[in-house]
Amino acid sequence: MAEAAIKIGGERKSIFKDKVMKLLPDGGNLNACLTCGACASGCPATGLSDMDPRKFLRMAALGMDEEILSSNWIWMCTMCQRCVYVCPMKINIPQLIFNARASWPRETRPKGILGSCDAALANESGSAMGTPVDDFKFVVEDVLEEYREAQPEFADMQAPIDKEGAEFVLNQNSREPVTEPDELIPLWKILHEVGADWTYTSKGWGGENYCMFLGDNDSWKHLAKQSADAATKVKCKTFLNTE
Amino acid sequence: MKKFDIKHDFVVKNIYEYYAKWIREGKLKVNSDWNKDLKIKFTVQDPCQIIRKSYGDPIADDLRFVVESIVGKENFIDMTPNKSNNFCCGGGGGFLQSGFKEERLAYGKVKDEQIKATKADYCIAGCHNCHAQIHELSEHYGSNYPVVHLWTLICLSLGILGPNEREYLGDDLKGVNVFHPETEL
Repeated sequence: MAEAAIKIGGERKSIFKDKVMKLLPDGGNLNACLTCGACASGCPATGLSDMDPRKFLRMAALGMDEEILSSNWIWMCTMCQRCVYVCPMKINIPQLIFNARASWPRETRPKGILGSCDAALANESGSAMGTPVDDFKFVVEDVLEEYREAQPEFADMQAPIDKEGAEFVLNQNSREPVTEPDELIPLWKILHEVGADWTYTSKGWGGENYCMFLGDNDSWKHLAKQSADAATKVKCKTFLNTE
Repeated sequence: MKKFDIKHDFVVKNIYEYYAKWIREGKLKVNSDWNKDLKIKFTVQDPCQIIRKSYGDPIADDLRFVVESIVGKENFIDMTPNKSNNFCCGGGGGFLQSGFKEERLAYGKVKDEQIKATKADYCIAGCHNCHAQIHELSEHYGSNYPVVHLWTLICLSLGILGPNEREYLGDDLKGVNVFHPETEL
């Protein structure tokens, strides 16, 4: 059954799309859509909130800013970029989504994402679970000591923090140190087995960045810079993402 | 980093590439003997952020090399589609924290069916968002396949996985190749 046709006004306004195009290299190709639907047919978010990527882009092209900017669908698209990957014109729909998120007044964005971003900003860990640096250090040292004793083959295993000159700086998802510290061990064992020279940093150890998901550019930058500066400070050669 | 023009002298890499490198160099002496008779089947989730959005198919190939080295080539079953063309599980982009749970589970139905179609016993997820989401999908849609981190299986294969490091292994693997079983809590 066909749905009622979408009615648009005579005046083409398209303010939002034009604004985003100015931010992106080649305008994100946002005017290049062939309407083929490859994006929508392979998008797991198609149909949620009566929206799909092609429809979103077409509505943006038609200047239906109010409709697309108020749609909750922008929080259901994961910006996974599969639509860009399959698009013959390489149209950057996820950037349209990111900027739509950023257009919402900050306090009206989803509470969970907002809370995780704010928790990460509240300390120097960059941890979305709000874990202070000292707590992280304590857990790492405590669990390391426990395993060195319990498994003597790993009596020399290391889990350094802020070790200057280490080849690798590792980030760490907050989930392990906060809720399941035993899960830290397999990674450390692997690094021990291969003789890797590695370290965490106290500042910016948290691997997650919910401010990016929130569409909060300034805070995203703050967290990324905090981790990068900490890695630079210990003269890191390779920043190793552990997930 | 590029987006914000943050100055840095280091390169940003992902650990899958290094797992593969260390296995190839003989530093990580993994093997799949533990699974020779068990024949437990595994599939793997390609995290969008690492594969499609960052390093492309070469790192997806590294990921498969690691998985096949530790579970046995004959015990790995790929999802379809896969690598850079893989579907997002629905755990990314902040969806896990956005409050739209019903929609998130609906989104993940594609992933759950993709995993079920492989008939694998386990899904390996190296990314925390993927891990949390697929774990929930496995319970929600009733298939209850365990979802496991890559490091767990690497250590299992090396014979250095203790009894308390097995949170995400299923009952079939809780007692296999246990390192220091006496330390079980």
